[in-house]
Amino acid sequence: MMRFWPFVVFVVLAIFLYVGLSLNPHEVPSPLIGKPAPAFNLPQLHDPTKQFSSQDMKGKVWLLNVWASWCVSCREEHPLLLALSRRNIVPIYGLDYKDTQVEGERWLRNGGDPYTLVITDADGRVGIDYGVYGVPETYVIDKQGIIRYKAIGAITHENLQTKILPLIAELQAK
Amino acid sequence: MKYLLMLLICLLPTFSYAGQAKDLADDPVLEQRMVKLAENLRCLVCQNESLASSRSDLAKDLRQEVRDKMNQGMTDQQIIDFLVSKYGDFVLFDPPVKSYTLLLWYGPFALLLIGLVGLVLQMRKRKNAAPESQLSAEEMQRASALLNQPKDSQT
Repeated sequence: MMRFWPFVVFVVLAIFLYVGLSLNPHEVPSPLIGKPAPAFNLPQLHDPTKQFSSQDMKGKVWLLNVWASWCVSCREEHPLLLALSRRNIVPIYGLDYKDTQVEGERWLRNGGDPYTLVITDADGRVGIDYGVYGVPETYVIDKQGIIRYKAIGAITHENLQTKILPLIAELQAK
Repeated sequence: MKYLLMLLICLLPTFSYAGQAKDLADDPVLEQRMVKLAENLRCLVCQNESLASSRSDLAKDLRQEVRDKMNQGMTDQQIIDFLVSKYGDFVLFDPPVKSYTLLLWYGPFALLLIGLVGLVLQMRKRKNAAPESQLSAEEMQRASALLNQPKDSQT
């Protein structure tokens, strides 16, 4: 029996290391999930003289998608967002993070605009409030203004189908 | 002409040098306090770098945020709590002892203990299993004969 111990230890270690290999170190669980979405009042991209406040969204389930024209992965998820916006399930609000108005508007003109409204966070302050560290990031916020889900990095078709859409349906039914 | 062109190309890096964005507080005491705090915080973009040493944009913004909060009179602990509330325990290089970090903190000691217990058990078993063998007089003689062989006889 004693002879098998090293083998058992090896197998346990191998399993741990194997699982460790498949984890993504950039997916840090957000402490903001289940907490109220930080309130903000920011200028709109298409008309900076107008402001938009997150308080206006009380009573609605909405998506907050943090993007930027300089962000490469944003291109990856863009077709998905466009398809989602065409289905009219949920309003998608874009937060143009650390970007300029010219670049941001050009990006939307060229790539299509899936957003109900875009607001700008030029200095990244609101980004810090939301714990943004890897654009794109997508937040699902419920009727009470609580963050229910956060996707870090480009959302995938699978992620949308298995997590985000069912969650939205569930939250909207409440 | 060719040489002139080459010279120009060599000089290109000097021209393209851009002034760096200001990333220092005016108050050296505050700056030092910020760096000391930021050294123990992780930059989430380049995860093995500290907030103090990272050159990523987010780290730059967060350093500014820390400076602003210090100017507002927040204590180091309040600033750390703020960052943890936004980014989670992951921003701390020194993870706090919690139920799910127990293995991390005490796992090595548990392993050491298991090793020690195993060693003691093994040594006890060996002591009981193998009593010291005594050589008979004849074997002793053979051993000493083998050991004391003159060197040249080996060749």
